[in-house]
Amino acid sequence: MSASARPIATTRSTAGMPTGRLAVWWVIASEIVIFGGLLGSYIMFRLSHDSFAAEAANTNMYVGAFNTWVLLTSSLFAVLGHKAAEEGNGPKAAKMLYLTFGGGLIFLLVKTWEWSEKISHGHTLSSSTFFSFYYTAAGLHALHVIAGMVIMAIVAQTAKRNLELHRVELIGIYWHFVDLVWIFLFPLLYIAK
Amino acid sequence: MSLHDHAPSHAHEEGHGDGHATHHPNYVKIYLILLVLLVISILGPELEIRIVTLVTAFGVACIKAWMVAKNFMHITMAPRYVLYLVATTLVFMLLFFAGTAPDVMKFSGTRWEKTPVAHVQAAPHGDAAHH
Amino acid sequence: MATAPVHHETHDDHGHARAGFIRHYFFSTDHKMIAMQYMFTGMAMALIGGFFAYAFRMQLAFPGMDVPGFGVVSANEYNHLITNHGAIMIFWVAMPVLIAAFGNYLIPLMIGCDDMVFPKLNRLSYQIFLLSALILIASFFVPGGGFAGAWTMYPPLSTKPEFGLTPLGATLFVVAVGVEFVAFLLGGINFVTTAMNSRAPGMRMYDIPMVVWMIVIASILFMGSVGPLVAGAVMLIFDQNFGTAFFDPTRGGDPVLWQHLFWFFGHPEVYVVLLPAVGIVAEIITVFSRKKLFAYRTVLYTAFGTGVLSFMVWAHHQFIAGIDPRMANIFTITTLLISIPVAEMLFVYIATLFGGSITFTTPMLWALSFIATFLIGGVTGIFLGASGADIYLHDTYFVLAHFHYTFFPIAIIGTFAGITFWFPKMFGRMMNERLGKIHFWGTVIAFNCIFIPLFVVGVAGEHRRIYDFTNFPELARPALRNLDEFATISLLVMLAFQPIFLFNLFYSMFRGPKAPKNPWNSNTLEWSADSPPPHGNWPELPRVYRGPYEYSVPGREQDYWPQNAPN
Repeated sequence: MSASARPIATTRSTAGMPTGRLAVWWVIASEIVIFGGLLGSYIMFRLSHDSFAAEAANTNMYVGAFNTWVLLTSSLFAVLGHKAAEEGNGPKAAKMLYLTFGGGLIFLLVKTWEWSEKISHGHTLSSSTFFSFYYTAAGLHALHVIAGMVIMAIVAQTAKRNLELHRVELIGIYWHFVDLVWIFLFPLLYIAK
Repeated sequence: MSLHDHAPSHAHEEGHGDGHATHHPNYVKIYLILLVLLVISILGPELEIRIVTLVTAFGVACIKAWMVAKNFMHITMAPRYVLYLVATTLVFMLLFFAGTAPDVMKFSGTRWEKTPVAHVQAAPHGDAAHH
Repeated sequence: MATAPVHHETHDDHGHARAGFIRHYFFSTDHKMIAMQYMFTGMAMALIGGFFAYAFRMQLAFPGMDVPGFGVVSANEYNHLITNHGAIMIFWVAMPVLIAAFGNYLIPLMIGCDDMVFPKLNRLSYQIFLLSALILIASFFVPGGGFAGAWTMYPPLSTKPEFGLTPLGATLFVVAVGVEFVAFLLGGINFVTTAMNSRAPGMRMYDIPMVVWMIVIASILFMGSVGPLVAGAVMLIFDQNFGTAFFDPTRGGDPVLWQHLFWFFGHPEVYVVLLPAVGIVAEIITVFSRKKLFAYRTVLYTAFGTGVLSFMVWAHHQFIAGIDPRMANIFTITTLLISIPVAEMLFVYIATLFGGSITFTTPMLWALSFIATFLIGGVTGIFLGASGADIYLHDTYFVLAHFHYTFFPIAIIGTFAGITFWFPKMFGRMMNERLGKIHFWGTVIAFNCIFIPLFVVGVAGEHRRIYDFTNFPELARPALRNLDEFATISLLVMLAFQPIFLFNLFYSMFRGPKAPKNPWNSNTLEWSADSPPPHGNWPELPRVYRGPYEYSVPGREQDYWPQNAPN
């Protein structure tokens, strides 16, 4: 939205927080219940079926750990970008966002490799309920990673020209949330065996 | 329309309408702590004690999550209702779990029983065949 | 920081009074136009849903008959009709009209700002909603026909084509519902953020009109409850198409899990659509009884309490689904508890009426009939909330009559109340009162004639979702058949009264007498704008000095005191 067309409504903040940030928190609240419903169902199955533990032994914890590290690092870049944006340094913020973007890309590449390896070993979406959850949960998360990367690329484009710098923080908050989901997916899918 | 002529000047406030800039902690330090926690969660299962694994996996995940929320997302610096909002959604998820788990984790009842997931690679009934 | 304007290729029509027709009516970012889009889409869907009801009620009353306008209803078509009637009326009529249309129209006007905080997101929300409606309609025409496994989509009817007989229709149905949720999530975030952040200067928490509060609380409930079902919809689509076994008990899955995922959303959903209707009724009752809303804060806290409680009652839909009996106890208690706050809201409205100077305008008649009919719906819910009674009554026409006595007041009466009340603001003209009253009496009396007999046949044992009662001799007793026929004929009468409303709506829109700014002498901010309000709503945004319900204040010449009047 061009700045000149922004309604006055957008610029008010009776709730003590800029509109954009407030909305991002509401997005996160509604995302928590989406992942909550899925992971809650997974935990119920995991606790009641012994075979899940045997199936979970097929996942590679080190790949999961590497991806956790990648996302944590990208989160660091995102928050450094926020700091740079707040100091008014648009180009630096954009650079940080590109680094974050790169983190997301590495995450997806590792995921792709990991999944192709799993599928080649016969662990597909329908091979067992554990792997159904494995692909559904990680896939839903990966969709969020992709969405975050697309938005980040757009935000970085404007931030580079020192425009709409508040957006850097907003995409950062969303990205940290995506990171948070992975922080829980990692022990749920990879560690608990 | 004169109404919208004000907009650009207002747009300026968008960045920090609450009037104060975010306090920035030392992010690299927090990042290093997070990495240490990650290593702990990887090393936990090596001991092969179930309770230790659970604590290092999920206890550490909770700590990591709180550190990210507090230091990277600045949840404690936002108005208090944000924290309440997020906490409420988590409580709702607990409610969902509490109401659903007794049924889903039950394997038999009056005139019904559920097959446990067989530890096999392929679907036993060929149900996967139809698309 | 971001001060320089960025030139955007799709420069929207902000500030352009005369944009092109298509851009004005289809790609507008103005909250009022988006509200109209939602409202008319919802009305069109209501016509489809109503037509479905007509077709399957004719089949029920006169089995095997060649239904005029539809033809002979086959068994699978019957299932298809009832499934889509339910889904359309809740997801594509009640939600878009009550929340999206009234929310879009009223929130910015009532809190005194020029638009929603995210106008483009708002437009996107409507477009996604329209897409979902088109997907649903498309699903009626795929091979095998539209989904026929009931709107609750319980597995295995929804997952296995050999049971549901609708291989593609089932998937499209789930996709349509899921896409629709995305639309309302975007809309809900917009509503909540707008109401929180963009109130007029001087408008404190307790100066917000009740209907805005109610729409906001409803949006929050929606956002908090829909998540598990979004996840569940993904799982269901995988079960349908990719051979997973989340809900297949023969392979370790659990069909009851779906029921929990569905009703964890499904029950709060009742309150998602109820609360906006309750809010609309609050506005109308105070205006036409010229009295302050009785116990404003209590109503507000009650609404919040109802919202929280609504997350704890969902399993009362599953008492005979094989759930843990200990859980059934707990859910019985919470269900009976939730009737307290809802009853309290109705009492508050009656207390508001007490001693007021009441005018029986068309919107007021609708509002009063809301209270009366919803009361019946609420009271019959007590029987169903008690797990013991529910074992007998479950899946009978008693249940059906009960929830129609809640949803009809909400979705139909609440909507008519809102449209007739805000019509002067929306279109700048007055509706015809005489036609409005004829339509009102025809609809409400016929409605009661449809559903009171269905309570009786339900208690007598008639089950829902039965295609042809003549196959069940013990249920095909003449006494029950006559009641069924009476209900169907009442439905025909009710449908026959609806063209009066449509005529009144469209005739008044173009030919009605011009409406003044504030035809009802109301206090809230929207009545201080022009009728209809221009883009941007006010030349100068208003300031608020007092609460919304200062009617008949002693010592004042006028019996109303607009929120934006300095003294």
